[in-house]
Amino acid sequence: MGTGYLALTDADREAMLAAIGVASIEELFADVPEQVRLKRELELPPPASELEVERELSELAGRNVSTGRELSFLGAGVYDHYVPAIVEAIVSRPEFLTAYTPYQPELSQGVLQAIFEYQTVICELTGMEVSNASGYDGATVAADACFMAAHATGRKKIAIAETVSPQVRQVVKTYAPGFGLEIVEIPHSGGVTDPEALLAASQGAAAAIFQQPNFFGCLEPAPDLARAASEAGALAVAHVDPLSLGVLEAPGAYGCQIAIGEGQAAGNRLSFGGPHFGFLAAKKELIRRMPGRITGQTVDRSGRRGFVLTFQTREQHIRREKATSNITTNQSLCALAGLIYLSWLGPKGLRELGETCLGLAQLAKSKLALPLAFAAPSFKELAFRLDRPAEEVVRAAKKKGVNPGYPLGRDYPGMENVLLVALTEKRSPADVERLSAVLSEVLA
Amino acid sequence: MSEWGELPLIFERSKAGRCACSLPHYELPKGKVPAALARSEAPRLPELAEPDLARHFSALADRNFGIDSGFYPLGSCTMKYNPRLNERLAALPGFADLHPHQVPEDAQGALELCFRLQEALAEISGLDAVSLQPAAGSQGELTGLMLVRAYFADRGELGERRKVVVPDTAHGTNPASVTMAGFELQPVKTDARGNLDLDDLRRVVGPDTAALMLTNPSTLGLFEENIARVAGIFHQVGALLYYDGANLNAVCGVSRPGDMGFDVVHFNLHKTFSTPHGGGGPGAGPVAVRRELEPFLPVPRIVRREDGSFALDSEQAKSIGRVRGFLGPFGVFVKAYAFIRVYGPALREMSEAAVLNANYLLSRLKDVYELRYDRLCMHEFVLSACALKREHGISALDVAKRLMDFGIHPPTVYFPLVVPEALMIEPTESESLETLDAFVEAMRRIAAEAVENPELLHEAPHDRPVERLDEAAAVKRAIVRYEFGESAPASGQPAAST
Amino acid sequence: MAAAENYPADLKYHSEHDWARIEGAEAVFGITWKAQDMLGELVFFQPPAVGATVTKDGAYGEIESVKAVSDLVAPLSGKVIQVNDKLQSAPETINDDPYGEGWLVRIELADPAEADALLDVEAYKQLLVEE
Repeated sequence: MGTGYLALTDADREAMLAAIGVASIEELFADVPEQVRLKRELELPPPASELEVERELSELAGRNVSTGRELSFLGAGVYDHYVPAIVEAIVSRPEFLTAYTPYQPELSQGVLQAIFEYQTVICELTGMEVSNASGYDGATVAADACFMAAHATGRKKIAIAETVSPQVRQVVKTYAPGFGLEIVEIPHSGGVTDPEALLAASQGAAAAIFQQPNFFGCLEPAPDLARAASEAGALAVAHVDPLSLGVLEAPGAYGCQIAIGEGQAAGNRLSFGGPHFGFLAAKKELIRRMPGRITGQTVDRSGRRGFVLTFQTREQHIRREKATSNITTNQSLCALAGLIYLSWLGPKGLRELGETCLGLAQLAKSKLALPLAFAAPSFKELAFRLDRPAEEVVRAAKKKGVNPGYPLGRDYPGMENVLLVALTEKRSPADVERLSAVLSEVLA
Repeated sequence: MSEWGELPLIFERSKAGRCACSLPHYELPKGKVPAALARSEAPRLPELAEPDLARHFSALADRNFGIDSGFYPLGSCTMKYNPRLNERLAALPGFADLHPHQVPEDAQGALELCFRLQEALAEISGLDAVSLQPAAGSQGELTGLMLVRAYFADRGELGERRKVVVPDTAHGTNPASVTMAGFELQPVKTDARGNLDLDDLRRVVGPDTAALMLTNPSTLGLFEENIARVAGIFHQVGALLYYDGANLNAVCGVSRPGDMGFDVVHFNLHKTFSTPHGGGGPGAGPVAVRRELEPFLPVPRIVRREDGSFALDSEQAKSIGRVRGFLGPFGVFVKAYAFIRVYGPALREMSEAAVLNANYLLSRLKDVYELRYDRLCMHEFVLSACALKREHGISALDVAKRLMDFGIHPPTVYFPLVVPEALMIEPTESESLETLDAFVEAMRRIAAEAVENPELLHEAPHDRPVERLDEAAAVKRAIVRYEFGESAPASGQPAAST
Repeated sequence: MAAAENYPADLKYHSEHDWARIEGAEAVFGITWKAQDMLGELVFFQPPAVGATVTKDGAYGEIESVKAVSDLVAPLSGKVIQVNDKLQSAPETINDDPYGEGWLVRIELADPAEADALLDVEAYKQLLVEE
């Protein structure tokens, strides 16, 4: 009977029922019509003790091959960067962990100030002027950006580069019919997007979306793409890797109006794909089109600085059917992890990290005796062309304890022989040597 | 005036040359970025050593209030205790360090956990098939409506079925989701007992109706007594019923949405199944559907093969597609599943305790605050501060702010919109009788203070880091990031339409 | 400082709490004391573009307070010839002086006869009592 999570004793229950004026708990459910009541127990496994639940879930966890159990070069949207201990120590503070959305600012200055700082960090990284408090992930913020652009321009077409993450494109397509959006994909040319092709596809479009570095790991001619989008009257939207922005130019500096991206790499563990956070930043004229929470600075009656959720009239609880979005939550805790991580790095660490990724990629290019699938420059991911299906190679290499990467053929017909290898600072030069050795064996 | 000082922003603690980070320095060739793509100006990230970083965020945490800090009866948000076991389990390396692109053979434990959670949610909802993918309740809602849309499109009826019926008590997300899914909103009224007004309903439901969106119990904390008849009205015209699971905590094991006649349900794992809200997220909003709607669920689906192994299936021709990256917020699934395992069929006792706690508070407060619908409540109830406002100039907001002085998080205020000066109170099952009694005492004392010393309430809270803040100035000045000594950015201007 | 409740007799009123001051072939629009009181302190005015056409009873812009946002309903039809730019930096002027400095737009009337359908001050005050 009951669990340790419930505090009422039998005597408490009796006293409470008496105060209410009913004889039994059953009577409290009198409004539930007989015909819709469940007249049996829920068919769930019987209650288990904390120890038993831990044992059961540890057994499930043990059946997964995590990055600690093989040498993994998987990336393709989610990256195995190091998460410093301070991040997890702070996000475990119950005042952050167990709080709701900061509706009551006097009780929530901690999370509100943290969001304000997060918004600043995202603006600094992306070269933008306003950021929301975060979105669900790097895919849904792309759909958000489409709505913003459609509202701002009155246009209904979205041009999106084929080199943008397949999941991002799929989510945008799922959201499109409800909003009456038409999605046009821009084919790549040699692994990158041709500005002329983007210009042609963006005629009459609300936004043109590209990714930097793109899904193949290639660096796009981003300033030219932004210029082409603007020339077509479309908003330029860059989907960026936050950890690349110590060495790669900020989207705001090359003419983008909106910058979005997946924040996982900044301080969040892989966790089989979530929860993570997406970021969404823009030029300030778009603030009233921006979905999600925004925190602003103000003063209290005594003139002290304080922070509140602001521009709330954009939101669903006031605008209801006319809101910019139905979003109620952000990914506060994941975004907080991002803020702590980026504060831990600082500008110097971010640059160093970027240079390490570039260096590891350079090393991999020279050590792996394999042709690159594309000639374009890269950041931390490389697409290698193999002489056989990448899926086969992955399976063979895994038997030797190395997960060599992501087969691009899963998403791109015709690229069955292309393997996408991700290099983060968690992979050492010796790890790259091992990858090289295992691939040589497997491909021999 | 409280003793809290103003806390510097992390940028104000920053000093050039400091750095907390500790990164490996490998011997590497130098990689190059083409000049045209290289960063021209370094981002002004904070520069602190790790001890000061720790103190900064620790000071921020001190200025925040969570469930572990005190009673948090925030209506419709189900602020229950978050078992620490679940945090430990989600952090197990086999879960937290598992790459989502790992081949399914090497992620069997994670897939099985997802599958078991799906089965549990199907049983709890009384429906047939589940997708865990949606990232939050609001996305679950939108996903549900996309399923409705796909269902009617598949039947060739989307052209006619334009309207989604939503009661006037609904969460604001409901109408917003209706618009985002490409439907038109059809509001319906609440009757004198707090049920749907059946006459109004019969008037608005017809061949152009796609669905009803209903929270049951409603945001008033009342169970829809006519739910079977309501379901009949919609199903008779071929329309579907959508269940907003925000208030599921009232009825687990007591009454299942599927048995009530609903066709689509979304869950809030961060409400009913105790996963921490984290100051606004992450959440999780799985959807469950009746068999007829299963072909439309998001891909990939998690399926069990004949040999008992688990796999991902993306080959679903009628699927609405993907609504989020990967399989959803997996770490949240681990926590919710652990919670369900601890309770098992005793989830019913959880709901019973939640309903008992709410009715106890209601019985002890309804003589001092007005109750618009005098019925037994479910897991929450809505009081009104109307009389205090009328007679003493004390608003629901004043009551809320004064509660903070008692170490209690305020209830939800000014919602639902159908109750003026609303105070929406949801104690959850987590609270002891002593905590409930302390809340009753605080609420009764505030009602007395409204008469004796209204100024005390207008000025509340008294010992927080800030007093009430100027929200109008926040919008007008539009300072939404630290300015690094620059001049204040101008107030946001609307983007020009073309 | 918010103005005291008042409704000038020289204005024509729309039931959505908007007013029009007719000046020959032109008219000035604004919102009534009651409207600004219901919304609370105003923080943003989204005006129509100069040259845009507005239609009687149709929305021509938006006005926003901290807690609410409201469509502006055109009492009369016509073409926008001037927008009160001062409101961009000081939207609270609408609270302070809803019939003077807090005016919203000036339009060139399409059909002056439309004004006959609007409420006079007594009829509008009666409407407020009934609401």
